[in-house]
Amino acid sequence: MLAGYVLRLAGKNMLRHRLRTGLTLAGIAIAIVSFGLLRTVVDSWYAGAELGAAGRLVTRNAASLSFSLPVTYAERIRRAPGVRAVTWASWFGGIYIDEKHFFSQLAVDASSYLNLYPEYLLSPEQSAAFQHDRRGAVVGRKLAAKYGFKIGDTVPLQGTLFPGNWSFVVRGIYRGADDKTDENQFLVHWDYVNETIKNTLPAQAERVGAFIVDIREPTQAAAVSAAIDSSFRNSLAETRTETQKAFQLGFIALVDTILLAIQTVAYVVVLIIMAVMANTMAMAARERTREYATLKALGFRDGFVAMLILGESLSLSLAGGALGILLTYPAANAFHSATRDLFLIFQVQPLTVLLQLAAALLIGVSAALAPMLSSRRVQIVDGLRAVT
Amino acid sequence: MTALIQIRELSKTYRRGNQPVPVLLGIDLEIAEGDYVSLMGPSGSGKSTLLNLIAGIDKPSSGTLLIGGIDIAALGENELAAWRAANVGFVFQFYNLMPVLNAFENVELPLLLTNLSKAERREHVEVALAMVGLADRMDHHPNELSGGQQQRVAIARALITDPTLIVADEPTGDLDRTSADDVLNLLDRLNGELGKTIVMVTHDPKCAARARRRVHLEKGVLLADADAEH
Repeated sequence: MLAGYVLRLAGKNMLRHRLRTGLTLAGIAIAIVSFGLLRTVVDSWYAGAELGAAGRLVTRNAASLSFSLPVTYAERIRRAPGVRAVTWASWFGGIYIDEKHFFSQLAVDASSYLNLYPEYLLSPEQSAAFQHDRRGAVVGRKLAAKYGFKIGDTVPLQGTLFPGNWSFVVRGIYRGADDKTDENQFLVHWDYVNETIKNTLPAQAERVGAFIVDIREPTQAAAVSAAIDSSFRNSLAETRTETQKAFQLGFIALVDTILLAIQTVAYVVVLIIMAVMANTMAMAARERTREYATLKALGFRDGFVAMLILGESLSLSLAGGALGILLTYPAANAFHSATRDLFLIFQVQPLTVLLQLAAALLIGVSAALAPMLSSRRVQIVDGLRAVT
Repeated sequence: MTALIQIRELSKTYRRGNQPVPVLLGIDLEIAEGDYVSLMGPSGSGKSTLLNLIAGIDKPSSGTLLIGGIDIAALGENELAAWRAANVGFVFQFYNLMPVLNAFENVELPLLLTNLSKAERREHVEVALAMVGLADRMDHHPNELSGGQQQRVAIARALITDPTLIVADEPTGDLDRTSADDVLNLLDRLNGELGKTIVMVTHDPKCAARARRRVHLEKGVLLADADAEH
């Protein structure tokens, strides 16, 4: 009975200073939204890595990603036990209009690449058109929508890694099999690029950035990787084979410090609101010193008063937290719209919501601790004399 | 009449920093069950301290304090809280009502510590509020009531658990004469009709004259004890 009463009384106390309560609720909600958004930013960086199919491996130069491999490796990789198919891709890195209009461009083996990426859905007609046109390109739906690319459009690119002025004709626009598929790719023919650079950049001819390997049994990824790498041991270009997920994580490791900073800021935001909330609760409890002393005089124990303070603090923090969690979703959508080029997917994960809830709980409990202890220390006679 | 309150050699000393400040010096006093006693004296005489000790919200430094035969100074915090809830009704100078609760809920507060059902609590509260003439103000919050009405709510709260002892600290100190008379009339009734033992601290001689017995303190010492015809 008393627990229910504590909650009701805590709720009523919460509404005594509506402006103060409103501002505190807003502060908690903003902190929880910020916490959720920052965590989602970090999650979204890693989400790209999660997209890699478990059955796909990536073989690259063991020295560094910036070194290429001979295309002739493809045959030896295909012969490795457990390998079903092989394709390859090179980072093209051209400039469209200017550097601000960045999007991912890959020179791929047109005959095999799309077979290894069944999540890129392309009509048979468009696929055939791409195969038959060496200057053809396949564009992701979102990228096409962003720049207004249509079938038959010519897209000029200024080469950087592969010097020269290039132009590609859009022959296909793929869509993703699900909302986790990257629809921002620009794929061109590796053959076309390779033939062209034989004259301008012969040292880079017949070389590829990485091989993508389809394996029969995903559980054998480690063994197949080891088999591939061992077959190139002591060669001029040793290889490093890993799952596509591990490969993507390798990229993310480059921005690890930034992600750590973002995560730290997320927790600092919670710490700040904990301090603000603690101040609010201390103020509220100080104002009610005489009321708490009256309750104790009437026979209520210290624990009841402590629960009253904790109940009010938790009601406030959980209400603010719930509001913050609800607002995180529209805020995340707005954030994603503004940063669509940066994040393939930007979804608030269930773990983030749980952590938001835990943060709200922690804010409530920590803010109540000092006033709870202080109310226990105050003698009834001193409390009754308190001027409020 | 048997003595409800038995006080022997009761002393209380506070500490201000390292300095001991004696407030009560060896008080001997007996108050009979059903008596109505006013404690008078100048500021700093120790009358409120004596009332607080009798009410069990402060502990003596030395001496004996038996109430209903119980040495309340020997009780632990939780036992003392339970003892107060069952045996003492409080009337404060500034009413000390919970501002977020209405009159009904304020009076109901002490009953939350009993095993009464919700229906039983409602019945008790309605009777108590009717007794103090506020049956039609149950839903009003303290800020919607006059000072006199708030003090009557506080009196209803004090008697709701049917305590043996009612302690009142300057119960009319914040009221105009008419409201003060209403409150004193109520205390008269509690004593006369319900037989409650009342110990009241007051500065006001007119107020003190309503008690059966007036006890004077000065500088922590009991000076005089005068019985009054009532």
